[in-house]
Amino acid sequence: MAFLQQLCQQTLNGLSLGSIYALLALGYTMVYGVVKLINFAHGDILMVGAFVGYFVLKKWGITPVNLMLSFLPAMLFCMILGVLIEKVCYKPLRNQPRINALITAIGVSFFLENGARVLPFIGPNPRVFPTLPVVNYRLFGINISQVQILIFIVAIGLMLILNYIINHTKTGKAMQAVSFDKGAAALMGINVDRIISFTFALGSSLGAAAGILFASAYPQIEPYMGIMPGMKAFIAAVFGGIGSIPGAMLGGIILGVAETLTKGFLSSQLADAIAFGLLILILVVKPSGLLGKPMGEKV
Amino acid sequence: MKKKLIALGVLVVVVAVAVIFLATGRGGSDTIKIGVIMSTSGPVSHFGTQCRDAIQLAVDEINARGGVLGKQVQLIVEDDEKNPEKTMNALVKLATKDKVRVVLGALTSDCTLAITQEAQRRGILLFTPTSTNDAVTDAGDLIFRSCFKDSFQGQVMAQFAIENLNATKAAVLYDMNNDYSTGLTKSFEETFVALGGTVVATESYAGGDKDFNAQITKIKAADPDVLFLPDYYNTVSLIINQARNQGLDAIMLGPDGWDELVGQAGEEAVGNYFCNHYSPDADDEDVQEFVRKYRERYGITPNALAALGYDAAYIVLEAIERAGTDDPQVLKEALMETNKKYVTGHITFDESHNPVKSTTILKVVQGPDGRLTTEYVGMVDPE
Repeated sequence: MAFLQQLCQQTLNGLSLGSIYALLALGYTMVYGVVKLINFAHGDILMVGAFVGYFVLKKWGITPVNLMLSFLPAMLFCMILGVLIEKVCYKPLRNQPRINALITAIGVSFFLENGARVLPFIGPNPRVFPTLPVVNYRLFGINISQVQILIFIVAIGLMLILNYIINHTKTGKAMQAVSFDKGAAALMGINVDRIISFTFALGSSLGAAAGILFASAYPQIEPYMGIMPGMKAFIAAVFGGIGSIPGAMLGGIILGVAETLTKGFLSSQLADAIAFGLLILILVVKPSGLLGKPMGEKV
Repeated sequence: MKKKLIALGVLVVVVAVAVIFLATGRGGSDTIKIGVIMSTSGPVSHFGTQCRDAIQLAVDEINARGGVLGKQVQLIVEDDEKNPEKTMNALVKLATKDKVRVVLGALTSDCTLAITQEAQRRGILLFTPTSTNDAVTDAGDLIFRSCFKDSFQGQVMAQFAIENLNATKAAVLYDMNNDYSTGLTKSFEETFVALGGTVVATESYAGGDKDFNAQITKIKAADPDVLFLPDYYNTVSLIINQARNQGLDAIMLGPDGWDELVGQAGEEAVGNYFCNHYSPDADDEDVQEFVRKYRERYGITPNALAALGYDAAYIVLEAIERAGTDDPQVLKEALMETNKKYVTGHITFDESHNPVKSTTILKVVQGPDGRLTTEYVGMVDPE
């Protein structure tokens, strides 16, 4: 019984961590879907989102309502930032070899991290993110905290909205078409540039939301905070099948749960090694990821 | 065009020569140069900046009184961002470019341990104000410190848990990649078991981790009376937050790395204890004098790291005065003769260059204005 209780508790911990990875992984996978670019700067969008949330909450004061409202400016800011990065950095390179854009993405990532470091109102030192007072609820011996509830509500809500946009709106369908075949989509009268900007806007705003959730759960923010979650979310996206939206959600959740369960039941020292070893194993068996479509090599 | 190039070349050479002459001229024998390596940015920047400021305060006081050996003391400060590789770079820079013979630093044990061998090899006297890991002074006879050792801190907190808190079951959550954290864990566990307690859970994480929920769930299942968290304030504030979010109600104990926690953690940190090098509230003339001077100049209450830095600067500069030179081979003998009351207590050095001094235990409480602050609990002397 005690074991079962612990198993449920650890799974719950893993689900809340995994939901954040999933939100972030969506940004990687959508961008890859439409422009075949691994946007390495995406993890740093999480950092920018967290800082916007920080300044907004400092100004408004921390209450549950303000915390929910703070998502709006953060998501809006990162949406604009994402589109700007695409227009300035990636668009001029769209017809160049793919590696150029990839290297640019790494450059943008460094620019955001070190740019935040030198900005006088951010700086290199960690800051404490405002948090709500600690409240937790017990259900059948399992503990769930207010922060975890917030993570679940926001993550599930945003994923439902995303699902609606992708599958039930004209722009969403256009996104799918561009992802399927950019040339053919353009011939059908879809404005490819607009759709690509829209994808970056969507992905970056989800990244910003992930940033506020991450900062609420681990209330310490600094310019390099996006690197590790960014890396993990990227792996989650590949694991779920890069380019596949349900794949990114599933990949993020599985990665979070696997990591937490390894820490909880095997060894906290080997947690990353075992979690990533598992991913390698799955990718060996299924190279296109869990939900990715197998693609023939293009010659 | 060619003429212009030649003229430009000549100009460059002239300027370069002038700069070199000026630089060497300024570094002449009218000053004593002391190198300082501090983590003034990065995860422990609150420690690094205050420690640096306190060293500067001490040096300015001494300079105002005429300096040491009739010369003014000049500090050359390098930042290592709590990154051991950068600590090493800083030491090499201070040794080769600035040609210093005495270095104060580094701040954290992992950074200091990275440079003790090199300092000893280069014949530099390394005096760390704040690195508490036991192994720091093992590298040779030129390595000193002004703070107590981790084994002492670990013993004190284990003893406090058993004797004052009546704890029988303890858990530890530590950073497996940090010498400070692993050293403290060892001494805490040994003492706790030796005094009749049981260690019910020992969990670890890697430095830089932010998610501790898995480890906390395991610790909670073991139901400890106390949880020992041997790490610095930044990580500890994250752990305490997650532990209370999971409903873990054990009393938490920590080492001197918790200093500054009151500025970082939320009110969930109230009721926990840690040991420290001094308390700014202590009823002691030297302490009050130091706190007053520091507040006057920097506008904040100095933390323990600042007090240690202030002491370190005084200990070293007074030893230079006694020795009559900053030559490390002579200076080390003069340092061993130290026997005086400083801000963080009365200091003498044992044969392995560690000070023999007492520790203060503090409790995290909520002040009348709602902010967190510390309350003086008691003093423990070394055996």
